[in-house]
Order: sequence, then C-alpha cells, then structure tokens
Amino acid sequence: MNFEPIIGLEVHIELSTKSKMFCGCPAEHFGVSPNTQVCPVCLGLPGALPAANKLAIENCIRFGLALNCEVSEFSKFDRKHYFYPDLPKSFQISQYDLPFCINGKYESIRIKRVHMEEDTGKLIHTNLNGKKVSLVDFNRSGVPLVELVTEPDFRSVDAVVKFLKEIQLTVRYLGISTADMEKGSMRLEANISLRVKEQESKRVNELPDYKVELKNINSFRYLTKALDAEIKRQAELLEDGKKIKQETRGYDEDRDRTFSQRSKEEAQDYRYFPEPDIPPIRIGELKIKNLKFKFPELPSQKRGKYQKLGLSANYIEVLVQERARADYFETALALAKQYNISEKEIAGVMVNQNLDGKFAEPAGLVKKLVELQNVDYASQADVEEAIKKVVLDNGKAVKDYQAGKEQVLGFLIGMVQKELKGKGKIELIKETLISYIHGR
Amino acid sequence: MSGLTTDEILHLSRLANLTLSKKETTTLKDQLSDVINYFKELKKLRTDDVSPTSQTTGLEDVLREDQVDATRILTNDEVLSGTDKTHNGAFVVPQVIDKDL
Repeated sequence: MNFEPIIGLEVHIELSTKSKMFCGCPAEHFGVSPNTQVCPVCLGLPGALPAANKLAIENCIRFGLALNCEVSEFSKFDRKHYFYPDLPKSFQISQYDLPFCINGKYESIRIKRVHMEEDTGKLIHTNLNGKKVSLVDFNRSGVPLVELVTEPDFRSVDAVVKFLKEIQLTVRYLGISTADMEKGSMRLEANISLRVKEQESKRVNELPDYKVELKNINSFRYLTKALDAEIKRQAELLEDGKKIKQETRGYDEDRDRTFSQRSKEEAQDYRYFPEPDIPPIRIGELKIKNLKFKFPELPSQKRGKYQKLGLSANYIEVLVQERARADYFETALALAKQYNISEKEIAGVMVNQNLDGKFAEPAGLVKKLVELQNVDYASQADVEEAIKKVVLDNGKAVKDYQAGKEQVLGFLIGMVQKELKGKGKIELIKETLISYIHGR
Repeated sequence: MSGLTTDEILHLSRLANLTLSKKETTTLKDQLSDVINYFKELKKLRTDDVSPTSQTTGLEDVLREDQVDATRILTNDEVLSGTDKTHNGAFVVPQVIDKDL
C-alpha cells in the first residue's frame, strides 16, 4: 500500500524580551545558575499577581500578522491545568478560545492560531546516588512563549522542513526571537498520521481517525529523522492491518525509533478556564496599524525584489538568509548606483568572496569596487607585445605546453603578467596567449 | 437529584494527582455531587440579558512595560527554603519520563 503522511505542526518560540511574560524577572536564562531569576509570580507562590508584558503581546501579534492572521479584537488569557514538576502553579497561563491571532495562511499552509503563553521550568534528568531524578530549574518559568499551530496541511517531511526554516527566518527578520533550536528558543511538535494514497480521489479531505504527537524535537536533522522513523512505524502497523494508538511519542536517536510517552486521553483534560487575575485585552484597528507600520521587509518580499533585479536563485537565497546581510546588500546597492556598478557584481563579491565580511560598512565595499573599476588595464597591444617577449624567452616552456603539459600555461600567464607589471587582465592574457602559441 | 458517577470521581482524582481509598471515593462522590447540585440553584436566575464574563473588575488592558524588576527576585536560598531535596541550586524530584518502548 502507498501511504501519504498528514502532518500538522505546533511551533513554540521563546520571545527575546528583557523581562518575563507576567513578572519583571530577566527572560534571558541560557547559562544562568539554576533558580536565581525567579520571584513569587514565576514560582507560583500563593498570592502573587501576574501582569502581562506589553511588548511580548505586541510581538506575538506582529508574528501573527506576518503569517497573514486575523487579529482578535478582544482577547484574554486562560489557565491550562496539568501536573508536571516543571509547572510550579500546576497550571500554565495560556490562551484557549480567544487567542491573539487566528486563521492565517503561509503559502499553502493554513495557520490555525498564534497565541501567547508562558514557558515552563527546565528539567534535567540525571542520576543522583544511584537514583533516577530530575533537577528542576525555574529560571525559564514564565518566559514569554508564542505558540503557532498549523492545520494538518503538510504531505511530506520536506515541506515541513521548508516551512519551519521560513518561520525561523521570519521570526529573525521581525527581531522577536533568536529562534535557536539548539538553545531551545524554537521547539517543535508534529502531529502525524498516515492515509492510503489511492483513497484520496474517493475520500478527499478525509483525515485519519487518529494522530500521534511527536514531542521534544530540537533540530532540523532530528526532526527529519524522527518524522521518517514515525512514518515507517505507522506504515508497518497499517500494512499489518493494525490500528494506531493516539498518543504522545518521543524519538530515540540511538535506536532510530520513536517511543510512547504517555497516553493522550487523560492528559488532554486540561480544564481550561479564564485567568481571573489578568483583565482581558482589546486590540483596536489603530493598534494593529501601528504594529504594521513598524514591520520590516520580510524574506519573501526581499526574494521578490531581488528576482526583479535579475539575481540568480542561489545569490538570492544566500543574501536573504540573514537580514543584516540583505540590508547590507541594499545599502551597498544604493551607494553603488552612481558608479555604474551592477547589482550582480555586488551580490557576486558578497556571496563568492565574502567581501562584506572584510568591510564592516557597505560604503567600504563600494569604495573597493570603484577602485577595482578604475584600474588601468594594459591594452591589447601591450599584452601582445609582452606575450611575444615571454614566448621568445621561454622556448622550453612553450614546447612543453605544445606537447600537452597544460599546467605550464599558468607559468606563462604569470610571466606575461610580470612583464605587464600586474596590469593585465588575466582572461585577456590567457586567450591571447593560447591563440598566439597555437598560431605559431 | 443527579450526581457524579464513581468513574467521574476517579477521573477527577487522577487529574488532581490524588490516590483515593474506596471509602474516600464514596464520601467525595456524595460531597461533590452536593456541591454541583447546589450550583444548579443558579439556573433559577434569569440571565437572558446578561453577557457572560470571567471578570468582575471591569478592567481591560492592564499591562506592564518590558522592564526587568530585580527587586522582586528571590535568592537561591529563599527559593529552596521549602525543601531539603536540592542539588546545585536546583530542586530534586523523582524522574517522571517513562520510556515505554
């Protein structure tokens, strides 16, 4: 049987705000000693009163707008209850029925929602005195976390990876998070099920009656392997006519297989209710307009622009991968206009020679290109003169070349260039030299 | 008078991470059923013209600027003062992940 995967994604992105989501503790927690950036609010101590971070909410909405979402005019926070040692209050402040952003679309992928919540503490699983324990660090507890949920619109692992790379890039362009998977500031969960391909024509849009949630995916490489392993596992079960259990699974890289983490039904009963400590939030048209006003150009827009300039796909992708680099390119382009330096030339020296790494300012790079342009190249006549002399003086080398020793050509070009005091254009010397020798 | 079933009580106890004895299950089943039935009194009220709310203060948009407030941060000793199970500044709990392969 031929199966096709049906995949939906949940992406968590930690926002790079200065302070946490509901209290004034520092949000940057990477490499900080355990439990040194916590207060009564993020430790869930009784009587503490959370107050929502305005910038975090704005950045959540900007992200939603970048994914073409509708922004909810009226929104609120809710409590999501479950027991786990990394959750000090035994509930997480999240959003349930009124998330900040809904109904987006990114290329062919429908975005169900983009909502705001708080991160949990961090668990480190280890052995202490022969006992299996977890160490709990609450520095991460309460760090602003945006959750993006897609509809199950992916039909291949490649499409998933492509989408996620674009999300990562978009987040970085917006400047709202580092979206660094290794450091955990971007985390993924994938819902995955299989359906028989042939049925598609008869049962369009019908989704399988189960889904398996793959959790704790922390790199693109890991993601590909975990999805492939899970697709293989499900295909084998379906081939055998077995039903697939709805559950949460993790991925064991050493054994290249997924494993069951907990059964879903019970855990799913989160008993959401409105967070009584945080008043609701109203987001008017004006506010949305202001947020849009501060929008940078997004990767897709830059790609479109560069295509119009006639740059090759390869150049475009390299330039777009970093917003700073794309901005550098555009500044250099504006400066270079008056000197008649082409966009391809600038892109070329950036991509092929990393010249932007050598010149911190685009102006420096343009100056260098102008200098190169102004070099007085030796004339065709001078080149021919020098070649005549070199050929006469190096009879043996010329014979060797004629006998098939190609590498001698480099030596001869070098000699001609020396004769021209470095002012020859290599391509011109090479062409003229070859035709001269062959013509003799 | 309708009430909760024993299964519902057991489900709730699992969600609350509580282990109940048989006797406790019976007691709680009756007590919780009473509470829920008492709430049914609210059904007598006319609420046709009242829109649902989860807030009583009438406030909106109570937000804070993104600024660090170090004055509220507790020392590591204070944080860990409620437990004697610690290691290098962290709380120690029994491991919870089960790899059920």
